[in-house]
Amino acid sequence: MTIHSLLIANRGEIAVRINRAAKALGMRCIQVYSDADADSLAVRLADEAVNIGLPPAAKSYLDIGAIIEAARRTGADAVHPGYGFLAENANFADAVEGAGLVFVGPDGDTIRLLGDKVAAREVARRVGVPTVPGSAGRISSIEEAQGVIVDSGFPVMIKAAAGGGGRGIRIAHTEEEFERFFSQAAAEAQAAFGDGGLYVEAVIGKARHVEVQLLGDGKHFVHCFERECSLQRRRQKVWEEAGAVMLSAAVRNRLCESAVAIAREVSYRGAGTVEYLYDEATEAFYFIEVNTRIQVEHPATEMITGVDLVIEMLRIASGEPLGLRQADLKVNGHAIECRINAEDPAHNFMPFPGTVGALSVPEGEGIRFDTLLYESYQVPPFYDSLLGKLIVWGEDRSAALARLRTALAGLKIGGLPTTVPLHAALAENADVKAGRFNTLFLEEWLQGEEAVRQLKKEEVA
Amino acid sequence: MSTIEIKSPLPGTFYRRSAPDKPEFKNEGDDVASSDTIGLIEVMKTFIEVPAGVAGKGIVFRIGDAEAVMAGQVIAEVEE
Repeated sequence: MTIHSLLIANRGEIAVRINRAAKALGMRCIQVYSDADADSLAVRLADEAVNIGLPPAAKSYLDIGAIIEAARRTGADAVHPGYGFLAENANFADAVEGAGLVFVGPDGDTIRLLGDKVAAREVARRVGVPTVPGSAGRISSIEEAQGVIVDSGFPVMIKAAAGGGGRGIRIAHTEEEFERFFSQAAAEAQAAFGDGGLYVEAVIGKARHVEVQLLGDGKHFVHCFERECSLQRRRQKVWEEAGAVMLSAAVRNRLCESAVAIAREVSYRGAGTVEYLYDEATEAFYFIEVNTRIQVEHPATEMITGVDLVIEMLRIASGEPLGLRQADLKVNGHAIECRINAEDPAHNFMPFPGTVGALSVPEGEGIRFDTLLYESYQVPPFYDSLLGKLIVWGEDRSAALARLRTALAGLKIGGLPTTVPLHAALAENADVKAGRFNTLFLEEWLQGEEAVRQLKKEEVA
Repeated sequence: MSTIEIKSPLPGTFYRRSAPDKPEFKNEGDDVASSDTIGLIEVMKTFIEVPAGVAGKGIVFRIGDAEAVMAGQVIAEVEE
């Protein structure tokens, strides 16, 4: 079905991003917003905007009834969920389809299947994709986890079956901790996700985070190569790259093919990402989870493939067959994305909502800034701290890093502290330049002297 | 005797308890010490403790639990 009018069920930079793709396809954009977002860039850019409630997300962006009602009232044909909020909520996808509208993403059953982290591991195993060693399925007692503990030893991760995105994870280093955390984790998972199911995984030390971008129309499936997202703080990605330069051609091929095999197994429709841990010492990769939505770091992939992933999502949702064939997709150069957050890196990343002062954005070849910012905009305190994403492209990784240093120097956001100084310091760091890092690197580096010197220095300057 | 205002250091959502199933940090009318936590502010998905900042008697809250608060807005008052 042709989509004439698209309702954007999200906010912030991704709402702006979806707006741009939809406009390029000639669609009318309907933006829903909370009381806190009446002045947002996404609302300003929309053809029509509908207030769906109060600032707390539970009373607006997570209110399925209010969003469906807004879609009905404005005559929307389709709903794009963005990321976060309701993007991976199977009941929302069902409700959208139930209202006779198109959900831009996989159907509810696919979201449900892959959203259950235990079921998703089963899918991966079925198509021969290695998973992190762990329990065979959900476990309901400490006794059932003993096998995993005996095989892998401590530490082990206790994860919520309904979790994901770094949420619902505890690491136990001893049997005593395991016993204590297990019951806490079950209660927390029940409260947070309405599902107290748990499973156990070995901790892969010194691992890197790699992921493969997928597109599928239910019949044909392609990968758009991989990204590396090892620079994380509190399990949240901070800096992402496309591609993962430490992979050999053979491993890259197997990794990307394994993601396509998973997509094929579930007849995947839409854009998705398969996440893995990569052990550099053994060149082994292990499946973690599938994210059934567009990801924050998707522009890095767009910069090296030339594919507009959000436009592809909208075409697939319109019922068009996937126009891309694997043989047509080639990697051109290297891209790096830095998440620019309203947080103060000199003060333990304290979030800092405030009013945006003078704004100066770098421009030029190989530079892109996806943002929700404009001058004098009041950043609301109710949502996450992401202000924008600076993405740079270069012919190779060192050219991308050089361009990144220039671009960061040209990015000035007045009025509030941001994570720009953190990225500037990382772009100068010898280990980052050499690509020597893993998922533990950033937090360890932040404890060290160099970080303290670099990040406090900015404060004085 | 004079009234001292305790103002919010940050904008966000104010909570009077650490979790829905936990007791309130302070009941109406309690005395507070300067270092006592009187609530939490949720700002950009991060929870930050709000200390009273002053010692006083008979705290009266001006902001309800889970209500939006602006930076500098009066959260509570105590008698010196």
